[in-house]
Amino acid sequence: MTEKVLEIRDLHVTFDTPSGPLEAVRGIDLDVEAGELLGVVGESGSGKSVSFLATMGLLPARVRVTGSVLLAGEQLIGASNKYMRSVRGRLLSMIFQDPLSALNPVHRIGDQISEMLQSHQSLSSRDAAKRAMELLDIVGIPQPSDRARQYPHEFSGGMRQRVIIAIAIANNPKVLIADEPTTALDVTVQAQILEVIERVQDRFGTAVVLITHDLGVIARVADRVNVMYAGRNVEQGTIDNLFDHPSHPYTRGLLASLPRPGKQRLKPITGFPPNMVKPPRGCAFHPRCDFAADICKSEMPNLVSYGNLQTACVRARELPKSERFV
Amino acid sequence: MLRYILRRLAWSVPTLLLVTFLVYLALRIGTDPVESYKRVNPRASRAKIQQYIDINGLDPNFVQGYIKWLKNFITGEWAPSIKGRREVWPALKDAMANTLRLGTAATVVGIFFGLIAGVLAALRPGGRRDVFINTSAFVGISIPPFISAILLQLLFAVYWQRWFGESLFPTSGVYPAGHTGFDLFLMLKFMALPTIIVAIQIIATYSRYMRSSLLDVMNSDYMRTARSKGISERRILIKHGMRNALIPVVTIAALDVGSIVGGLIITENIFAYPGMGLYFLKSFGDGDFPLLMPWMVVIVASILLFNLIADISYAWLDPRIRLE
Repeated sequence: MTEKVLEIRDLHVTFDTPSGPLEAVRGIDLDVEAGELLGVVGESGSGKSVSFLATMGLLPARVRVTGSVLLAGEQLIGASNKYMRSVRGRLLSMIFQDPLSALNPVHRIGDQISEMLQSHQSLSSRDAAKRAMELLDIVGIPQPSDRARQYPHEFSGGMRQRVIIAIAIANNPKVLIADEPTTALDVTVQAQILEVIERVQDRFGTAVVLITHDLGVIARVADRVNVMYAGRNVEQGTIDNLFDHPSHPYTRGLLASLPRPGKQRLKPITGFPPNMVKPPRGCAFHPRCDFAADICKSEMPNLVSYGNLQTACVRARELPKSERFV
Repeated sequence: MLRYILRRLAWSVPTLLLVTFLVYLALRIGTDPVESYKRVNPRASRAKIQQYIDINGLDPNFVQGYIKWLKNFITGEWAPSIKGRREVWPALKDAMANTLRLGTAATVVGIFFGLIAGVLAALRPGGRRDVFINTSAFVGISIPPFISAILLQLLFAVYWQRWFGESLFPTSGVYPAGHTGFDLFLMLKFMALPTIIVAIQIIATYSRYMRSSLLDVMNSDYMRTARSKGISERRILIKHGMRNALIPVVTIAALDVGSIVGGLIITENIFAYPGMGLYFLKSFGDGDFPLLMPWMVVIVASILLFNLIADISYAWLDPRIRLE
């Protein structure tokens, strides 16, 4: 068993909205092991980003966060702002979806990397600038000494995402959270960015949490996958097991909706994601589930081992074996 | 950059010529300067009138007249005012100095407090402090200077005198009657009320500019990136927030300063403050063409100049802007 760097237990995140409290994350459990690449999949509103913003302590103070998040054994939920500040960027880094707006337009690239370095290490400006250039080189930006002096608008989207990765890994964090890092990029650039992330993971042993709604991306790079629906985990397992025989109906639906060679028509999941102000009782997926029975409407399922997977479906054992998606 | 500035300065020459020609036309058509001269100097001889027409370029043909006026203006052959035959340049120079003093004081005080109020409001949008600042700003913008000026005059001059025996701030002029020489303390005392009146407007406007600009910036993705770096809130606010939020505000401020040179007409009038506004009101009332034209040139030139300064400061603050 490898070392767990991030342990999330029973995490709840609740927003106050004009139409009442909205529980975006409703008790998730999730482990990140040292050096692994964990994919977190789910559709918009499934709580995948919010869970990790909560982990980073980046949600506004009025948002209620409960549960437990242990980073290398230290509790983050309820920790002081000062402690969270020392964690962010040092032990835990995050990269975001839109590289075009994630860099400050008025500061030079090199300065934006140096700022990250100097806020957690005592480095002279010159050493920080030197290290910034090394980081630019690591993420694959040519002529780092010239590029460091440039401003974000002089970089393409893919290059900016590389810069953001360089900032995120500057202090060699234990966990790198990548929130849809390729969604805003075109396909060829996506592949390059994923390569950079994998390279960082290999070279520094950084654990990576890759949040995405793109199962194709997950299939390419992840070691393990965590599927989320309506603020809950619905299935967890290694990439091979999950793609081999998904057992949760939602995971099956996701995989069945992917285009594959030889397939004529895509099979979508019918219906819409639930309104999280009033999520369905019982299993939140039951209104859209082909296999729903009466028990699904009353009982909220927890993750239980089923074969090689952890599945949150009370009927998992009764369902027909799914087709293979490998 | 230097080339850009030089080119803009070069372009301002034809612009100035065009605008002064339009102003010349407007004054010729709108006020009939020759009639004004005759009204003010009813016993002027025919030769005197002709001399007035010649030196001011008031020929029946507008184009020829304008060229004549321009030639005299550039060579420094300025006609004296029609009322009292005063020399124009000293009067204009004093008016400019007075307005610049008042305008600078009010702008510095106003923008300083306006920006602070805007930042305080934007830090907790919707909070009690935000509501208070916003409401005050709204009240500040809504009360016209001729109301607030009279209220302050009543308070600090009339009632203060009744309560404490002497008034705190004088209500008109730059110095007491008969005063000569320079006296900083006395001058500040005379400037206090008009400065406050103008500053109230500026504080109100700029707190709103700053608030909305900073709110925009606060919600942007790069602020989230900054927070995810684990740097202090103070640094996030100043280095990432303010640095971006100030870009549009500085640009607007540069434009506003340009228009303040001619723009304090109401306040100067209420406080009998001898600046550009009062100068304009008086000379326009008299139809005093020799006084009005140079005033117009100064106003147009200052607006052109501060437009250029606004553009330069914009490019200087925002690396995405290139001046070509």
